[in-house]
Amino acid sequence: MSEETTTFGPYTHAKSSISRTMGLVMLSLLPATLFGLYQFGWPAIFLFLTTIVACVVAEAFSLRVAGKPIKPFLMDGSAVLTGWLLAMTLPPWAPWWIGLIGALLAIIVAKQVFGGLGQNLFNPAMVARVALLISFPLEMTLFNQPAPLFSAQAPGFLESLAITFGSSDSIDAVSSATTLGHLKTELGQGVGLPEAATTTASIWQQLWGQTSGSLGETSALLLLLGGLFLIYKKVITWHIPLSMLGTLALLASLFHLIDSDSYVGPMTHLLSGAAILCAFFIATDLVTSPVSIRGQILFGAGCGLLIYVIRTWAGYPEGVAFAVMLMNACTPLIDHYLKPRIYGRDRKGEPLVYSNEGADSK
Amino acid sequence: MTTGKLFKLFKIRGGVHPDDRKQLSAGQAIEKLPMPPLLHIPLQQHIGAPAESLVRRGDEVKKGQLLARNQGAISAPVHAPTSGRIMGVGGYPAHHPSGLSVRTITLKPDGEDEWLDSLEPCDDYDQFSPEEIADRVARAGIVGMGGATFPSAVKLNLRKRYSLHTLVINGAECEPYLTCDDRLMREQAMQVVEGVKLMARALGVEQILFAIENNKPDAQASIREAAEQSEMITVVGLPTRYPMGSEKHLVQTLVGKETPARGLTADIGVVVHNVATARAVYDAIVLGRPLISRVMTVTGESIQHPKNVEVLIGTPLNNLIDYCGGFTEIPERLISGGPMMGQPLPSLRVPAVKGSNGLLALSGKLNRATTEMPCIRCASCVNACPCGLVPLDMANHIKAGSLDSSVKLGLLDCIGCGSCAYVCPSHIPLVQYFNYAKGELASRQRTQHKQNETKRLAEARNERMEKIKQAKREAMAKRKKEMEEKKRKKAEEAAAVAGAES
Repeated sequence: MSEETTTFGPYTHAKSSISRTMGLVMLSLLPATLFGLYQFGWPAIFLFLTTIVACVVAEAFSLRVAGKPIKPFLMDGSAVLTGWLLAMTLPPWAPWWIGLIGALLAIIVAKQVFGGLGQNLFNPAMVARVALLISFPLEMTLFNQPAPLFSAQAPGFLESLAITFGSSDSIDAVSSATTLGHLKTELGQGVGLPEAATTTASIWQQLWGQTSGSLGETSALLLLLGGLFLIYKKVITWHIPLSMLGTLALLASLFHLIDSDSYVGPMTHLLSGAAILCAFFIATDLVTSPVSIRGQILFGAGCGLLIYVIRTWAGYPEGVAFAVMLMNACTPLIDHYLKPRIYGRDRKGEPLVYSNEGADSK
Repeated sequence: MTTGKLFKLFKIRGGVHPDDRKQLSAGQAIEKLPMPPLLHIPLQQHIGAPAESLVRRGDEVKKGQLLARNQGAISAPVHAPTSGRIMGVGGYPAHHPSGLSVRTITLKPDGEDEWLDSLEPCDDYDQFSPEEIADRVARAGIVGMGGATFPSAVKLNLRKRYSLHTLVINGAECEPYLTCDDRLMREQAMQVVEGVKLMARALGVEQILFAIENNKPDAQASIREAAEQSEMITVVGLPTRYPMGSEKHLVQTLVGKETPARGLTADIGVVVHNVATARAVYDAIVLGRPLISRVMTVTGESIQHPKNVEVLIGTPLNNLIDYCGGFTEIPERLISGGPMMGQPLPSLRVPAVKGSNGLLALSGKLNRATTEMPCIRCASCVNACPCGLVPLDMANHIKAGSLDSSVKLGLLDCIGCGSCAYVCPSHIPLVQYFNYAKGELASRQRTQHKQNETKRLAEARNERMEKIKQAKREAMAKRKKEMEEKKRKKAEEAAAVAGAES
């Protein structure tokens, strides 16, 4: 019998742990990731591994500096997941140092400086992505056409090493704008949407993911499946994804209906870019999203609104990272004001009063 | 009986589905524990003031004899569980995690197990008035046997202050492992139902809802059969979910109304009693027997033969373990009650009391605690909380030492069910934080009360002293005046005499 007789129950526990939660998220990311790695080939694989390894090393280093136990925190899987998510949002043929700097920004600046696991205000992967985008706009916006592994147009192993780790110009030869980027450029030049859209990928290609884009963002379908799996496993709830995608679709439909020449339709908004990845994996980040259901709905709607606004009227074709970070900043405020109603009390926190019966009637 | 199949249930928020592990002991019929060599009967086995001992060392007592009488309005008497000789009245380790010494009567059974002659069994109990029922329940020393141990008679007298319409019988038994209520309902349905009817009479309610979780179909069936003749009783199947047995949540599930914060279920016209209490009421009214025994579940992975045992109050727990074949391994933990809300036991010497429903010997293999990690704000606790609280916020405020703000967040609305800590992926001992804060607040309140009381007494004393001084001054003044008066008179007299002389 244990000595600690002063501890309180419960003396039984659900089969839950942080590493299980992180593991389930990684498992649900796996299909979309494997597809991305396959379609962008060896350079993508190198970048993916570099980013994750750099994250783990940065995490171990920070823990050591902070004097925290290294093993339990490394084993919880949060550093691997941060690296994984970051890599998924990078251009697949970006050079290795993009992954490395991103990893250092995510783990050290965005997470450990705030106090480590659970303490960060902003989503680490999004902090890194935004910082990289602002610091290295060229590297961060050079996308390439899919070149599936072992296909004719795919670079070989050595050539890929050169793309990721050397200074290769081959990427310029195959560079290609993302759907959103292309539309933004064309619309900006006064070209009508129907003409501009003729050269972009079809809805089917966007759904399946055979289009240029970030490493793991292209396959809306596989990401959606992973997200639904997470909801099924109760790691996340449906509130943030649905309110975010719903708001985005609603706004896109509205403006598309008003002026279908200059406003991109809802399907393109939902299926291209990082919308699906964001809805299920980034905005739902446990640490940086609100804890109450009403808070989560507001948070999701805010993300959807900001994504649409940034994509449509601001300078960047993609607004997911900015939108999520802005809403992250609102999370403490949302949590403060939108709390669940306490049992036996009204929304203001006063005890319930029943007028017609009960209390001290005699 | 009306059928419960179509009964409309209301949804409650939160809750968890722990592995119930009831199969360990659910199949074991209730057995009577052999007479232990010594019984240790604490004077306080209930919420309220402890009972006052009426016996002394060396007294011979009969089974059912009053050993200690209740003190004050909220209290309960204690009776002799068997006949024998009183070995002493003194300190003995309490059935409490602290294991502190509490006043306990030690009784050495004489083996005769001879009942008191003056019991008042009764056949025509249908004629009893509500007052008579409540009075007999009070004299039998019955307390809430689901674990809360609130004196039952006080609850039966609620009709005086509230207009009540429903009696809810709590047969949810939502704690994992425990099966004592389940067995009681299956084996003694008639007694339980009669007890329930008596309580309903005492409360003057219109309907009785007998609520049993759906993982106990046999209990539901036998209660349905026993209640067939009664129009008032509806047997309701509850979804299997923890904490369905929490009084306020059970009432909400059945009636659809929340009990106002800091209030009683009686505020919405409902009173809840436990199944085992109902049987004790039957024993008290029909057989005239006081509460001297109860059914306990002795179970857990480390017990050789898990059983449901009828135990005399005061039986040291090691007798129960021995009766169940001892341990298969050294248990990781010994728990009184269920694994969710039960309390760790300091030792096996402590006695079974009126509120003990289970003795659990948990194996380390299944229940070993993992290391605590930082909170990742996953909101699992928020979704699991049946009270609409944000446990992670409360814990953070308590950690930071701001207990008052944790009260603002609803600390005192927490029922301590442990659902939050059960689901926490970071294994944060949330219940421990909350219990610490509740205890600390209570002790602060006591200190504050003491200070106020001291201040009041000091002020009263000052006032008194002032009055005495005032009185003294007045007395002095009066005397002075009298003296002066005398002097003046004397002088006048002297003057008069002088005048006469001259």
